Order: sequence, then structure tokens, then C-alpha cells
Amino acid sequence: MSAVHSASAHDWAGKAAVAEKGRWLAYRYLVLRRISQVSILLLFLSGPLFGVWIAKGNLSSSLTLGVLPLTDPFALAQVLMTRHWPELSAVIGVAVVLTFYAAVGGRIFCSWVCPVNMATDTASWLRRRLGIRTGRAPVHLRYWLIPCILAASAITGVTVWEWVNPVSLTHRALIFGGYLALGAVAAVFVYDLLIAPHGWCGHLCPVGATYALIGKPSLLRVSAQNSSQCNDCAECYAVCPESHVIPIALKGKEGASPIIQNTDCTLCGRCIDVCAPEVFLYTHRFNHKRV
Amino acid sequence: MSLTRRQLLQNATSACTASLVTAGASLVALPSMSRAAQVLRPPGALAEDEFLGACLRCGLCVRDCPPKTLKLSDWGDVLTRDWASSTAVGTPYFEARDVPCEMCEDIPCVKACPTAALDHKLTDIADARMGLAVLVDEESCLNFLGLRCDVCYRVCPLIDQAITLEKSSNARSDRHAMFLPTVHADACTGCGKCEKSCVLEQAAIKVLPMTLAKGELGHHYRKGWDSRNTVSQPTFDTPTQRLPEHLQPGELTPLRSGQLPYGAGAPTGGKP
Repeated sequence: MSAVHSASAHDWAGKAAVAEKGRWLAYRYLVLRRISQVSILLLFLSGPLFGVWIAKGNLSSSLTLGVLPLTDPFALAQVLMTRHWPELSAVIGVAVVLTFYAAVGGRIFCSWVCPVNMATDTASWLRRRLGIRTGRAPVHLRYWLIPCILAASAITGVTVWEWVNPVSLTHRALIFGGYLALGAVAAVFVYDLLIAPHGWCGHLCPVGATYALIGKPSLLRVSAQNSSQCNDCAECYAVCPESHVIPIALKGKEGASPIIQNTDCTLCGRCIDVCAPEVFLYTHRFNHKRV
Repeated sequence: MSLTRRQLLQNATSACTASLVTAGASLVALPSMSRAAQVLRPPGALAEDEFLGACLRCGLCVRDCPPKTLKLSDWGDVLTRDWASSTAVGTPYFEARDVPCEMCEDIPCVKACPTAALDHKLTDIADARMGLAVLVDEESCLNFLGLRCDVCYRVCPLIDQAITLEKSSNARSDRHAMFLPTVHADACTGCGKCEKSCVLEQAAIKVLPMTLAKGELGHHYRKGWDSRNTVSQPTFDTPTQRLPEHLQPGELTPLRSGQLPYGAGAPTGGKP
């Protein structure tokens, strides 16, 4: 991996792509994701700011246009572990969320919806720019955190993670006000910048890990379809928040599928953006074509 | 699937770290389960320990509160105000002295709750028990000083049920009456209108959470005078008084009354 990093050290990731494809194609999905993240915030904020109520509540549980309930599976799992049975609307809400993310793509929540993503993307961009190489986080930590938190919720009888969860704290603070809860996102930023690369979204966040598990059967995938065009610039590794998902798809042995199977992939599409020879593309999981 | 030593160690490290992180989260959670006395939960809220397990902290109750009484607590509350007015981050609450509950008849906040942390069985707002008004300071309450303030009584949505004015004599003047505001727990919803409207600098009447406001009688106590109390009814039959319908032989009463003794002369026709 050190060779991979040094390759992108003297040039910023995406420079070749901008030269080759133009600025729009080199930043397309990054821009679209920012638009998506901000629009979702605006759906919640239009009510309190302009009196136009579209989505009420927050990412833990919401009601859109008075008819569509959406509930966060991990938050509700904690509630269930405290042996409390919710109302039907929360059950419907979680069913809608499970269906959508299981069908489309689990971690598109992380890259297209979650507000913390903007902070962690910025941290990892700064890491690259400043050449910070320090730190690492334990592997699979997030997948261990899920059962630990659920067990703690069962023991204490309270939704343990909701006291510290930067995802819900940040979103709630942005929508309902409360600047100190935003300290959670600042802590995540510092953690990602100095202590562990891609530390929060890539190693710790049990909410994202839950969506990764939900997304196992999902349809939308990134494929390294044109892998024969790969010029080994390694910029995809540099920008990818879950770079361990790339090698099998990109450099897999003869007959290996070019589809990124690992649902740790957040489907953010940055690899598609920064790749000058256009190796990657969005496709569905059954498209195993390789060029 | 084979597990290499490397994987085993990595996962062991992660499992330990995950336990530590969870323990840390629990350590944050458990102390902040306490809530300040002036922090009141919305109508229909479960008991505090159950509530903290049931509430998703989504704020839908806050959004559907027409008078904007409810708000979500923020960590910032802890710093910008006194420490006491804090509660679990993200949970809904209101402070009566700030904005009291308007007791909407359709209880929109309860209907909005997706997890029944606000119990949907609450359909009559008069059954809500957000807290209990307590006249905490008789020494500064104007009515207790002999004046006719009466504001808490007048604003009470359940006037003459939740708050009554009890007449008593003013010992200081020895010739005037005092009308003492008296809260009745069987009717008070804890809406906080009384606390909000108390004219003093600091309210003399305050809504406190039930656990602080109410005592609890030993469960073996039975009030003999309580008509609902069937447990302690006497198990023996009510003694019946058997009064003689006729004079008995040897009865002295007629003698004392000047009547002829029984049997000495038949009481045939009255007086001798």
C-alpha cells in the first residue's frame, strides 16, 4: 500500500482525469452526492426555515409529506433490544428503509445521505493534501460494535448509541438547532484527520456497518468493467474510502467478476470520477462483463 | 473458512476495542439518564427509564406541537444554561415556566410518536400526567399572605378540579379569610399553566415530575373510610341491636315510670 500512496503523493488525485475528461466528468459524482446530501437536509429544513413542510423529524425517524414514514434500522434495533415494542409507523418506516437499501445499495446511505460524510470526505482530502500518514483503526471494529451496542442496550435498557452517535447527533443538531452536538462531527473530523485514515466511516460507524449488511443483496454496484484500460495510477485507491474493496474487482485473476462484491463499498463513485481511462462504471450486480 | 492467526488477533483486538467503545458510550449514557426537576416530558410519556429505551429522539412530537412547547434537548443546554436544566441529549421536553403545555384536545404530539415512547393509549388529555403541580413555597404565595391573587387557580384548565381554593381563617388578622390554592393529584395533568402564570419572581407553585412530587403509601395501608376500599371491609356481619318489643318479666322501667309492674296487673287499658 505504501507504493500506492506514494504514487499519488506528488500529484493530486484526479488531475489526470480532469485533463483527460474535463472538470465535470472528473467531479460528476462528487458534485451529485453533495447536491443529494444538501437536498436531503433541505427537505428537513424547509419546514422550520420557510414553513414548507416536506420531511419532518430526522434521520432516526421521519415522516415525509405526512405519508411516508422512514426509520433508521440500527436505532430501532436498539429500541427493540430494550424490550420496547414500537408503534406500527416505526415498523413500516424501518421496512421501507430495509427494502430500499437492500434493493438499491446499502451504503448509498453513507455516501449520498449521511451528513457526516461531508466532514469525513474533507478530512481524508486534507490528509492527502497535507501528506498525513499517521494512525490506523482496528479492522472489522464496526461489525463488532453492532452486537456490543445491542447487548449494552439490552442490559442498560436505554438506546446506548444514541447518546454518542455522531450521525444522528449531527443531523439533529443541523435541523433542530444545537451547536454543541455538532462537536460530535468535529470529533469525527479530527479522528479521521489525525488518528485513523477513513477512521469513522470506514472502521467505526455501526450505522454504516448496518447499512453494509442490509445491502448484501443490492442491485446497484460499481464495476471495473474496463479493467484492461487500467494504467496503474492507483488514484482510485487513494480516493476510495474503502480501498480494500477494489483489488479483487480490478486485478482479479482470470474469470473473476469485475463487480465490486464487497458491500463495504459506499457506491460513492469517486473511483469512476478520478479514473482517467474510465475503468469504472455504475452497473447492476449481474453485469459481469469485462472489457 | 479458515481463520489465520493474524485474523484471530485482529478480530480479538477489534472485539476488545468495540467493548471499550460501547462501555464508554454506556458511561456517557447512564449518568445523563438523570433529568432536572423542571424538565417535563410530553403528555403520555412512559416512565423515565422506559422512555429512554423507547424514544428514537426523532423530534416528530416537537414538530407537531402547535404552541411550540416541546423542544429537543441539546448538549448545548448544559453549557448555555444552568447544569440543572439538562436531560438526555435529543429527547423531547418542556419547561413549564418557559412555555407550558396547552393540553391540545387531539394530543398531536402523542399521535406523532412512531415508537410509543409517548403512549398512544392516552386519548383524553385530562388523563395526562406530565408532572404534578406543587405549591412549593407557602411563605411567598400571595394567597397564603392573605391576598386574593388566585392566578394559578384561575388559569388552571381544570379549575375547581385540579386546583381548588380552600377557605381558612387568617390567624394574623383574626378576622379575615384566606383562600389557599390546593392541588389535587387525581386531576392535575402537570400542564404547567399555574407555574407559568405565577406572578412572583420565582413561581411559588411548580410542576415537578411525579417521582419527586408524590409520596407513596405503604401498600399494606387500607383507608377504612375509602368507599373504593373493599379489602379491609369488616368480615363480620354488622351487629344488630335487638330491642325488646314487649316488656320482659322483671323489667324495672315501668316501675320507675310509675306504671304498674308487669304481671301485677294486666296493662289492659292504660293508666290506673
